[in-house]
Amino acid sequence: IVPVAGFSPQGAYGVQDSLRSGFTSVKNELLPSHPLELSEKNFQLNQDKMNFSTLRNIQGLHAPLKLQMEYRAARQVIQRLPFLQSSNLALDTLRNSDESIGFEDVLNDPAHSEVMGEPHMMVEYKLGLL
Amino acid sequence: MALANVFETPAPGFNFDNAGRNAALKGLFDGGQTPKPLKTGTTIAGVVFKDGVVLGADTRATSGEVVADKMCAKIHYISPNIYCCGAGTAADTEKTTDLLSSNLTIYSLNSGRNPRVVMAVNILQDMLYRYHGQIGANLILGGVDCTGNHLYTVGPYGSVNKVPYLSMGSGDLAALGILEDGFKPNLELEPAKELVRAAIQAGIMNDLGSGNNIDICVITKQGVDYIRPYRESQFKDKRKTKYKYPPGATPILTEKVVPLKLEVVQETVQQMETA
Repeated sequence: IVPVAGFSPQGAYGVQDSLRSGFTSVKNELLPSHPLELSEKNFQLNQDKMNFSTLRNIQGLHAPLKLQMEYRAARQVIQRLPFLQSSNLALDTLRNSDESIGFEDVLNDPAHSEVMGEPHMMVEYKLGLL
Repeated sequence: MALANVFETPAPGFNFDNAGRNAALKGLFDGGQTPKPLKTGTTIAGVVFKDGVVLGADTRATSGEVVADKMCAKIHYISPNIYCCGAGTAADTEKTTDLLSSNLTIYSLNSGRNPRVVMAVNILQDMLYRYHGQIGANLILGGVDCTGNHLYTVGPYGSVNKVPYLSMGSGDLAALGILEDGFKPNLELEPAKELVRAAIQAGIMNDLGSGNNIDICVITKQGVDYIRPYRESQFKDKRKTKYKYPPGATPILTEKVVPLKLEVVQETVQQMETA
């Protein structure tokens, strides 16, 4: 499950790191500011869960297991380091999202992102060392 | 959060970072001066007749209480055999129908078949339900495919209705009255066009959000006839003077010319191969 901001702060000793993530506000972190925020964050995960459970009911346990193995291979093994751009071709082909276009292809394209990540910080965050 | 360095690149799609700030700003202005989105407060109608589908729409787009566009096109192209009328927030209907059209084009390029109206309806329904009505698009989809002539309506929350005649928008009650009175199954082309025109006319006359001209789109197995405008409004205003400034209207007070000195630093000649 993708965590919501504030429930697992990134600083040392479990306290919010003001230097990196700014000031805290209990109201901002306990409630999502937009009704769609949570459902959009978890949308892909929920879709996958639903599809895998339907597949398990129809074809048996092996079908979602094989597919999840391929997903993991495409996402974790083949994936580049976090600050490098990746076309996600393998993942798109597996999910069949290379034949459809939606708001995630039009809005907020990561190729045109306004913010930049510092490579060392991003890799440390991904490995959980930060 | 406006940080210069982030831990992971922002996910593609909708970004809700400013939603909290916007809600706070709305409270500050007391609901009076926030900019209003461009709505198409419309009358749109559709009728299934013997050889196909007739779609009609008015052409007024409003932004609050001001008419923002007197000649706006509300009948959008989805595929050669499917057209869609859109009511609600103008940007939402435009973008949603564009995405739908792209998806159906990809499908028909992949499979070599003409898309069916049910496919368009299903894609729209999934897309609109996913966003729980935040995308304000009330759409009427009409088209002719291998299974026949179809007319569907999709609401902003993802509800779908398949009916032989319908109208949507702020003027839908007025238009529906005319449609209920005059509709018969298996109409001919001219009576069908006249019925849709009368329905949109009723919406224009009795609803403040609809007005100006009437557009009609006739879709049959042979092709599409997009008549824009089908009927022009009689209340067009004529501009009495021109608002362009004639040359020389602004007096020149002073003039200063500074020549730019450019010198050639490096010159390279590359021969083109013209063999």
